[in-house]
Amino acid sequence: MMAEVIKKATRESYGEALAELGEKYKNLVVLDADLAAATKTGIFKKKFPERFFDCGIAEANMMGVAAGMATAGMIPFASSFAMFAAGRAFEIVRNSIGYPHLNVKIGATHAGLSVGEDGATHQCCEDIALMRTIPGMVIINPADDVEAKAAVEAAINYQGPVYMRFGRLAVPVINDKDTYRFEIGKGIELVSGNDLTIIATGLMVGEALSAAETLKSEGIHARVINIHTIKPLDQEIILKAAKETGLLITVEEHSVIGGLGSAVAETVCEGYPVPVYRIGVQDQFGKSGPALEVLKAYGLSAENIVETTKKALANRK
Amino acid sequence: METAVKKELSILACKVRMGILEGVYNAKCGHPGGSLSIADVLTYLYFREMHLDPQNPAMENRDRFVLSKGHAAPALYSVLAVKGYFPVEELKTLRKMDSRLQGHPDMKHIPGVDMSTGSLGQGISAACGMALAAKASGADYRVYALMGDGEQEEGQVWEAAMLASHYKLDNLVAIVDNNGLQIDGKLEEVCSPEPLDQKYAAFGWHVIQIDAHDLDAIEAAFKEARTVKGKPTVIIQHSVKGKGVSYMENNVSWHGAAPNTEQYEVAMTELKAALAALQ
Repeated sequence: MMAEVIKKATRESYGEALAELGEKYKNLVVLDADLAAATKTGIFKKKFPERFFDCGIAEANMMGVAAGMATAGMIPFASSFAMFAAGRAFEIVRNSIGYPHLNVKIGATHAGLSVGEDGATHQCCEDIALMRTIPGMVIINPADDVEAKAAVEAAINYQGPVYMRFGRLAVPVINDKDTYRFEIGKGIELVSGNDLTIIATGLMVGEALSAAETLKSEGIHARVINIHTIKPLDQEIILKAAKETGLLITVEEHSVIGGLGSAVAETVCEGYPVPVYRIGVQDQFGKSGPALEVLKAYGLSAENIVETTKKALANRK
Repeated sequence: METAVKKELSILACKVRMGILEGVYNAKCGHPGGSLSIADVLTYLYFREMHLDPQNPAMENRDRFVLSKGHAAPALYSVLAVKGYFPVEELKTLRKMDSRLQGHPDMKHIPGVDMSTGSLGQGISAACGMALAAKASGADYRVYALMGDGEQEEGQVWEAAMLASHYKLDNLVAIVDNNGLQIDGKLEEVCSPEPLDQKYAAFGWHVIQIDAHDLDAIEAAFKEARTVKGKPTVIIQHSVKGKGVSYMENNVSWHGAAPNTEQYEVAMTELKAALAALQ
């Protein structure tokens, strides 16, 4: 039963983590592009106004400024919506941050369709694809509050560029704060099972868990893996799942082109070919509407995971 | 400027120009025009203005230099070599396989390069970040960024100009190499960013205009920049593209072309004669 579950948007976790970790890491600075109220870096700004730099509505310049600050030994967190952080500023992220492998952390909020009412211009479903192509870029897409906060601290302790993806929508907290351990590049098996494997990332991990419960009630035992780090990808856990379950279903709030589904398919194609079904945004733009309704309309729901699983199993037989 | 100092700097600038030719000729490609136009200001920066140590390129409190017009890498490499960051002989490896002298500056591998650049408009943002970091941490280093005049057409330059002024980055000096030419021709025929002086003034900068090849003027400009408080300074230097090699001067076709052996000999003969006259 999910009735007692606490819900929280990972962007909130991002802002809170920055404010909390700002005490411990004195060289942590935060940059934003006029979205501090939405990205939640405003929480940090309130606590450490002298370490917060608003760059105005100029994301390209913000990324370059962050690069310059990193050369001087600071750990800048450059924050904006995913659309602008990865999209508009792509080439600056590539050339001024990625190429010199500078210690810049990009906090990209409002990723994916769950932006909801703002519609297609703000629903970024391409950021993971873009960031994956930059050599040396770490990409983290946390599933909930606990994971998001752990990701921020892990990013601080990693030397080099990190792209972190956060959501606007409040989502269930699925990880247990006391037992949870985050390691960059390590997937987490949340549910064991050998009939097939559902590999999910970000906000879709929660949906994958409820899909697995439904499937279990029908006698289908799905393994569920949370891939919080898209790059470097945990190939070991994926190939193991391919070998042991023979069927993979990926679920992401991102285009099926270039994201988790692509990364998993590439991995098994070369390592241990098995069928891979990719649930995600099917080469389309999003549209306005309440977040949950939009997600459902694009098949990003536990129901569609269940349906796709059954089809995939039927195809296998 | 004292006569002896001027003579010394003129000799060094001539050597920097020879290094540019050496690099571009051996690479059989590269950007000589916009490298030669900045040889004098780079010489002044590295030998008179900036606090740095070739033996300790990562010195924490060094002044920073960002070549925002990264295609003028042959000039940056040449001045770094002449200053002693690496052997002058290495300039001949420019753009070759396994050389650290990449076509555009690579901070990860070349000692003395403070920022990787090459994509126009980006270096000035990084320079703002360095200056902002100094302000935030109380460091007293200064930051110098050299841009092209064609580069002023990039919108990112003006995003950076706005931020530098907003944060009162008086530890930042931008230099615009105003040689009037870009790849497709004259600035005024391509898509003119002029009047640059008025634009920077409107963005809240202190503006100085000089003759790029007059060492007295260069010295006066950087001294003036040190007195400016509460705002960044831009030095718009009116330069001659290809300066120092007669057939390259003010000729846009030398923006991104290397001399052949005969042309190289002519250029080196001219520069050697200039050097001999100075010595």
